Amino acid sequence: MPDDEKIARERALADAHDKQVDPPPHRAVNRRSVRYVVGRLLGTPASILGTLLLIAFGAIALAAPVLAPCPPDQKITCQQHVYKVPRYGFKTEPEAPSAAHRFGLTPQRNDIYYGVIWGTRTAFKAGVTIIFLALVLGLTVGSIAAYYGGWIDEVLMRIVEIFQAFPYLLAALTLATVLRGGGGDWLEDLMGPNSIAPAIIPLVAFGWMGYARLVRADILSVKERDYVAASRALGAGDGRIILQHILPNSIFPVLVVASLDIGTVVQSFAALAFFGLGVPKGYADWGQMIASARNVIPTIGRDWYIVVYPGIALVLFSLAWNLIGDTVRDILDPRQSREG
Amino acid sequence: MTSYIIRRLLILPIILLGVTILIFAMLSQLSPGQRVAMYTREVASQENIERLIVQHGLDKPIYVQYFHWLSNVARGNLGFSKTGGEPVFEMFVRLFPATLELALLSTIPLIALGIWLGILAALNHNKWPDQILRVVSIIGTSLPLFVFALLLLMFFAARLRWFPPGDRLSLTNQALVDSAAWRAGWAPVTGMYTLDALLRGNVAVFLDALHHLVLPVTSLAALNCAVLLRVTRSSMLDTLRQDYIRTALSKGLSYRTVVRKHARPNALLPVVTVGGLMLVALLNGAAITETVYNLPGVGKRFVAAAANLDVVTVLGFVLFEGVILILGNLVVDILYATIDPRIRLG
Repeated sequence: MPDDEKIARERALADAHDKQVDPPPHRAVNRRSVRYVVGRLLGTPASILGTLLLIAFGAIALAAPVLAPCPPDQKITCQQHVYKVPRYGFKTEPEAPSAAHRFGLTPQRNDIYYGVIWGTRTAFKAGVTIIFLALVLGLTVGSIAAYYGGWIDEVLMRIVEIFQAFPYLLAALTLATVLRGGGGDWLEDLMGPNSIAPAIIPLVAFGWMGYARLVRADILSVKERDYVAASRALGAGDGRIILQHILPNSIFPVLVVASLDIGTVVQSFAALAFFGLGVPKGYADWGQMIASARNVIPTIGRDWYIVVYPGIALVLFSLAWNLIGDTVRDILDPRQSREG
Repeated sequence: MTSYIIRRLLILPIILLGVTILIFAMLSQLSPGQRVAMYTREVASQENIERLIVQHGLDKPIYVQYFHWLSNVARGNLGFSKTGGEPVFEMFVRLFPATLELALLSTIPLIALGIWLGILAALNHNKWPDQILRVVSIIGTSLPLFVFALLLLMFFAARLRWFPPGDRLSLTNQALVDSAAWRAGWAPVTGMYTLDALLRGNVAVFLDALHHLVLPVTSLAALNCAVLLRVTRSSMLDTLRQDYIRTALSKGLSYRTVVRKHARPNALLPVVTVGGLMLVALLNGAAITETVYNLPGVGKRFVAAAANLDVVTVLGFVLFEGVILILGNLVVDILYATIDPRIRLG
């Protein structure tokens, strides 16, 4: 694609200008090759830090049963369901960090250390699930709209606009309210009382539109290529052309952008919990622990650990994805960074 | 240009209709017994509920119910708020000024700082100011607003006691603002205390309101500032690489002049397009900020209603916010088309 080459060359020139070295004269860099991407990822201090952080979080998530084992006397919490945070006593006041409770206790007497460690798993679980489902939805809508064009495109894009007519977080909060307020009883029957689905579904329902638009724009540029026409001339059906030819050539950037949105999505997931509509009560989740600080606002100067420990985990987790994302977005398409 | 605006205005009702369908679809997830609570204030007995269900047509087919609901919405009847104890529409109108005040006051430092720092970073590309701002902005985007707001509250309100931990005014001033004397006189009551105080020449109330707004405004502005900074920076970097900049420099203009006259105006064009994004961030952010700082605005009420599973209030409020956002985006689009001569929208 001449456009791509032009951008690559301009980019190389600009880079060379910055570094004061000669530009590579003929060869345009293939920005989508895996080796190039990995090379760039390990190329800057920021992306190295991001990668290391992410590996650390992955290790913590995997080693959670070792790092924070469930005490045998916690019959109604983690012994029953491993994501239920151990609870010590039934008073409603927080407790400062001590030898027994490294990071202290929340006002609901939940162990913050256990919650931070197991919350890592929740973060990965929620982030990956939300992004995956939103991607499936966005890819489906976007590819149908772009491939068929015409009134189908028009209708689908209007639907995208309608979903985008709401502030993301508040729309998700609304759907979460409906699901918890009687509209989601079927969900509880289906998934059980300890499921995080009522917090995941709203974020998916109002989070897919960006991917639909992205994949639509990509497909529109791919679908006029000769190999698509060739395939159609050979008698391939719509489904085959979309799945075999168009998506593979337009999906990669969307996939990468989406996977890096995990950091942002986990923030929104935590924000829902902060509003009191995230995971079930007592579930190991960073957002919910931070939210419990709302009950102790007057003494928050003394009870800092409720916000600080889960807060650090949440910030570092997002930071890891953002650091990697910054680099990868630069690699994939210098124009995309403009959209913030 | 005109035809573009007309077309956008024609699409507007379609989008609005779609918005109402989406909200009604969420509402219809509830059982008729739960929905009847929309229309009644008293705690109804079982047979009473059944009578009300029939009376309000909640046993009719879904499309009949939709048009019934829509005609109610069109007349401003969004139901009765269980948690607020008043009709949803009146509650929104009453609470909106506080949110508007917070959002407007946050916009000023947000835009000024975001653009200034973004240009500063671009002009010092890869030098230390750029590197520092890069680190700051990436931390800013990684820090959730509710954590940031709580941290500010912890240090500046709880520890240092520089600022009040919540509310819009101190008690005595709040009493004054609520009194009849405040409403008397020529000046209109906007509900935005800083503006009202200025209109009445009451410096004490003005400063008090401002004092209460420092932390919320800082929270709301600072993190969004990080986003604006990045957009401005990359746009400015792009512009500085253009040929016409090189031309201007080679004909002997000073670097300052080129930046001010040639680069900056062009670099700021794409920044306008994030206006819609910023509006979303402000609406979302206001809900979080108001909740943390206990400011009685639309956002706090929204969150409280959601936490108490007051579906009627939440759906009513989200309809308002949707309308605000649609109109805001329309303004941004028209603004962009107007200021950028390259855009020919037909």
